[in-house]
Amino acid sequence: MSAPVTPLSDTERSALHRALVSSERPRRSGPVAASLAFAWRALLKIKHVPDQLSDAIIFPVMFTLLFTYLFGGAMSGSPAEYLQYFLPGVVVLAVALTSMYTGITLNQDMHKGTFDRFRSLPIWRPSVLVGSMLGDVVRYAVASTVPLLLGLLLGFRPEGGLVGVLLALLFIQFFTFSLAWIWTLFGVMMRTPTAVQGATFPLQFLLVFGSNILVDPDTMPSWLGFVVSANPVSHATTVVRGLMHGSLTPGELLGGFVACGVLILLFAPLTMFFYNRKQR
Amino acid sequence: MTSDSGPAIETVDLKKSFASTRAVDGLDLNVPRGAVYGLLGPNGCGKTTTIRLLSTLIRPDSGAARVLGHDVVTEADTVRSRISLTGQSTTVDEELTGGENLVLAGLLRGLRRGAARERAEQLLDAFDLAEAANRLLRTYSGGERRRIDIAASIVVTPDLLFLDEPTTGLDPRSRSRVWDIIRVMVDTGTTVLLTTQYLEEADRLARNIAFLDRGRVVARGTPKQIREAAGNATLRLGLHDPRRRGEAEDLLRRDFGARTSWDPETGRLSVSISEAGLAAEAVTRLSQQGVEVSDFAADRPSLDEAFLAMTGYRATTAEREEEEAIR
Repeated sequence: MSAPVTPLSDTERSALHRALVSSERPRRSGPVAASLAFAWRALLKIKHVPDQLSDAIIFPVMFTLLFTYLFGGAMSGSPAEYLQYFLPGVVVLAVALTSMYTGITLNQDMHKGTFDRFRSLPIWRPSVLVGSMLGDVVRYAVASTVPLLLGLLLGFRPEGGLVGVLLALLFIQFFTFSLAWIWTLFGVMMRTPTAVQGATFPLQFLLVFGSNILVDPDTMPSWLGFVVSANPVSHATTVVRGLMHGSLTPGELLGGFVACGVLILLFAPLTMFFYNRKQR
Repeated sequence: MTSDSGPAIETVDLKKSFASTRAVDGLDLNVPRGAVYGLLGPNGCGKTTTIRLLSTLIRPDSGAARVLGHDVVTEADTVRSRISLTGQSTTVDEELTGGENLVLAGLLRGLRRGAARERAEQLLDAFDLAEAANRLLRTYSGGERRRIDIAASIVVTPDLLFLDEPTTGLDPRSRSRVWDIIRVMVDTGTTVLLTTQYLEEADRLARNIAFLDRGRVVARGTPKQIREAAGNATLRLGLHDPRRRGEAEDLLRRDFGARTSWDPETGRLSVSISEAGLAAEAVTRLSQQGVEVSDFAADRPSLDEAFLAMTGYRATTAEREEEEAIR
């Protein structure tokens, strides 16, 4: 009580007074505005803590080099030929692997006081999740562009041309947004980021490697080939491959969008269910 | 509008359990508008759970709560548009700058980008944070962090502000700053529900105070009533011969009208007296009677002592419940 106390000066007090009185009460922000605000928040975090992008660069480079030169000869006779088959897939692989961070960062966020503030706001509930997923677009863009450029350097020649490649990158964004709902589900269900990582990693491994990214399912036993072909990652990879090489059939495109739709319809409501249950 | 008259907060038999602990257990509150209402109690008494229920973060198991005339369950969104929450742990983003935090808060409250920027600047000035505006929050001091937290809560001036232990862990200077801010807020018409572990804080700010224990209100009153019950000063005495405690207590009660209690943890006698000036006299009288005092100190009554004075028993501490509530 004898501590030095410096009360507000009169100017400070009146500044504070003005600030409190002058505030207008705007109309509450709509779903789109709120989601965009959260996306902006995610982008700011990347700006202030850019280290989170390093994984999106290092892993894709590693995988591209490793698989092309280690497996290329054995799989397709030569690395150059394998690269033509494998590169569109490695782009999907790279992005799918980085998408896991969506769940981990969400989980970290949820256990901070920040989320309490968000949940006490009159906003569309899913906007927190949708917004942070939109912010991930930057990370996905980096993770997909890096292996693509490296592949071009190593001799990958997309027959679909620039338009095909750009459309493929666009599709990858949409697919990863769909896939990330699985990780957000883990993110809201689990208690710690480590638990999220522990749970998502094996599943992610299965989804990515149990697909047609590295190997053509025709070479597998029929039951396995069937399972691998049903994997949404396989459908997405087929679309990306088709777009990059200009050989996409309408059926394949439909398959890709159906895979995305199924992921969203299945996992987005589940995520929201568990997210809302946090308030009971 | 009916919601603009009547109490700011009204709860009836509000209950909330976590697993086997009853965090809030039949809470009846009536918080009038336009003043600070203090919720006092030790860790685990249900303060934070109460705030979380009233700010629509969790749902009650039973009972009813109306905030500004609106039900916290069925009209949660209406409640949310009129309240603001500054939680116990920091509710702003560590990885954003102070300015960005305020702009984000403005956008989420429905301001357009330009308006949100202007408002952020105005608040940074008013809260003396203009120089810290472009620093990441994790470089902020405890006092700066609290201020930006409160600023983020009033980007759009709320009708009711929840402040959950706003000054815990702050140095005296930052604390008095936060107090000043709260006073100005109340002057401009905002109702504040304040939880605190510091009696002094509630005494200085609140018009009404409720003591919470085991999730219910066990005593209420104005700061004046509490001061009268708890005494203005507390004398803490150590005795050379603890066996003569009874003798000392009799004397103090008889001659000074003091209420005494023995604190087994410190091995000291707490004596609440109406005037600090009587403390020296009491010590002198004890030695005259041959009860030797080994050491003594005069202090303001602690929360525990006020609690004891108001309820007649010692408050229970159960940190586990509160932790569970926060999770």
